[in-house]
Amino acid sequence: MTLKFKAETFRNDFSFANSPEAILRFPFPFHEDKYMYSVNVEPHVSGPPGSVTEFAFDVDEHYVAEMQDRAIVLKEDPLRCQALPHMMLAQWDLLELIMTSLARDYPAHFALAREGDSWHWINRPMGIDHSFIFGDIAKLPCGPIEYATRQCQGDFCLLDQRDGNLWMDAGMVTTQADWSLDFDLGMNFVEWHGPVPLAHELGMFDRALKFLLNLQQGRPVRRLNWTMTVHPRLDTSPENYHKWGKDRAALSLENVGDDLHLRVELQALWRLPRSNAIVFSIRCYLIKLRELVTVPKWGRRLHRVLKTLALELVEYKGLVRYHEVAVAWLSEYDDGAPTSAGCGPE
Amino acid sequence: MSGHSQIEVRVGEIETVARDIKRFRLEPASGTTLPLFSAGSHVRVTMTDGAKSFCNPYSLMGSPTEGASYQISVLKTAMSRGGSHFMHDTLKLDSRLKISHPVNLFPVDQRGRKHILIAGGIGITPFISMAEQLSCAGRPFELHYVIRDRGRGAYASDLTAKYGPRVRIYCRSDDEQLPLSRLLDNQPLGTHLYVCGPASMIEGVLASARAEGWPNENLHTEHFLAPPVGEPFKVRLEKSSLSVNVGERQSILEAVEAAGVDAPYLCRGGACGQCETNVLSADGEIVHNDHYLTSEDRRLGKKIMICISRFKGNGLVVDL
Repeated sequence: MTLKFKAETFRNDFSFANSPEAILRFPFPFHEDKYMYSVNVEPHVSGPPGSVTEFAFDVDEHYVAEMQDRAIVLKEDPLRCQALPHMMLAQWDLLELIMTSLARDYPAHFALAREGDSWHWINRPMGIDHSFIFGDIAKLPCGPIEYATRQCQGDFCLLDQRDGNLWMDAGMVTTQADWSLDFDLGMNFVEWHGPVPLAHELGMFDRALKFLLNLQQGRPVRRLNWTMTVHPRLDTSPENYHKWGKDRAALSLENVGDDLHLRVELQALWRLPRSNAIVFSIRCYLIKLRELVTVPKWGRRLHRVLKTLALELVEYKGLVRYHEVAVAWLSEYDDGAPTSAGCGPE
Repeated sequence: MSGHSQIEVRVGEIETVARDIKRFRLEPASGTTLPLFSAGSHVRVTMTDGAKSFCNPYSLMGSPTEGASYQISVLKTAMSRGGSHFMHDTLKLDSRLKISHPVNLFPVDQRGRKHILIAGGIGITPFISMAEQLSCAGRPFELHYVIRDRGRGAYASDLTAKYGPRVRIYCRSDDEQLPLSRLLDNQPLGTHLYVCGPASMIEGVLASARAEGWPNENLHTEHFLAPPVGEPFKVRLEKSSLSVNVGERQSILEAVEAAGVDAPYLCRGGACGQCETNVLSADGEIVHNDHYLTSEDRRLGKKIMICISRFKGNGLVVDL
């Protein structure tokens, strides 16, 4: 499959848009007409050809533009990528996972040749051709996590496993839905999930933690998470809240169809071999309402999900200011007809 | 739910390294390399002897970055259910086995500024890969190895040759003793202690360390248990509407699996917590053999670790 990489922006003029193919492969997260959290993990095995889950890491038409946006974020705020000193082994594990996956799954765009510790990496879309020694940071322009994740869509967190818990001890976080790596660095699983309403009482984090502590090599898992964003802005960080926060008050029936986006995170978790750490990848997909309703089932379903969403979730997901206008706009696309089970477009 | 993937291996080498201890080198049956692992990892080895099947955990001893083969050491124990006997007496070169992916319940603490490794007998095995990993990373460590006598001290001379003064051997038959209070005293902040060996040794070391004020976060151990034998008993699986008989030499988990019910597990050695099962009712006494439940859990009697614990009495009903 040959990808055509788009030139587009996730800031300023917001020229981002999805091609018709990208719309149809969008990871619509709702399998029924209402939504409540669940642990909802499933094995991260190869999904249907052309789908976002076909490969370990999905590279799509937005790849080059997203990597450019990441570079801008990092230039302005280097603290978006941090690693505590004891996480170096985990960083190399992650670099290996990313490079071997991309080279295996997208041979037209990436290549990795390895002779012992001498590695030669080629990234054609980004024009990178680099030889280095695996394990030797002297040969890389920056730390392993930064080097690898500057070339892979999505945010990445490295979790150290110790004391019966998981600790967020390194990460690259530039496409987040309003959380801060700098604030959370060093926290454990229960601590960094502190702000999530309802889920603690439901015992979800205890169960999720127990499951993840026993995550095995060779058996990665994935799940979907979602929220909404005004404009296709990837960097909705607390650090830049002064830039995007007020956008939420600027929506009306006239512009909500074009400016409000469903934001879906495809999250995956792998056990890493040398460090025994876990990598948590958070891959962000955006679709404006006007693109989404070109799939009639999704238009109907999103209307119903938002209309019936629990108040605590409306608040936690930051939807309060525009919830009503979004529901009103979507109601035009909901004729009350039944929707099929499952997340697919048909 | 198991759903664990298995790797087929062949026995590439067998060596008697000490009295009652054999080392096995396992190579991939097909394909070229085995998964890399972190020091302290173990694999579960499944072996079939006619109708009987064994599934035992063994620590990986080799270099964590060597993908061509795994090495394990097996102590032949008299009180076993047969797994170690099978490995010693029946396995030959080129025998086929299935192993799990490496699982690590005994990792090195990556933040540690100094690592003290204390081994007793066959407990040396996880420390062989730990010493290698720490040494390659340039991290300070000491390995203190208690052996019963020189004939049983597997790898003692190899370790001394490789790591020099960082290794100390204490031979009980020569009246040498582990200088525990000296080891526990006055270590720099950020020192971590790891102990692996007979249960009594582990308990002794940990109790002394705690008494000296070592925080639990700095103390690490791993102790796999073989499911003990005992009187047979019945268990009712409420969700499956089935009753199973648990035989004398069979664990509840094995009996449940034999009945075709898929129950969660991981280490099968009483250590990891994955097989924790809710007890709906118990007319009798739960015999807790694990290292996982708290004393409060045991007192409440609402949980049982089915890979290792047993029951005495008439009616045990669990939520499976």
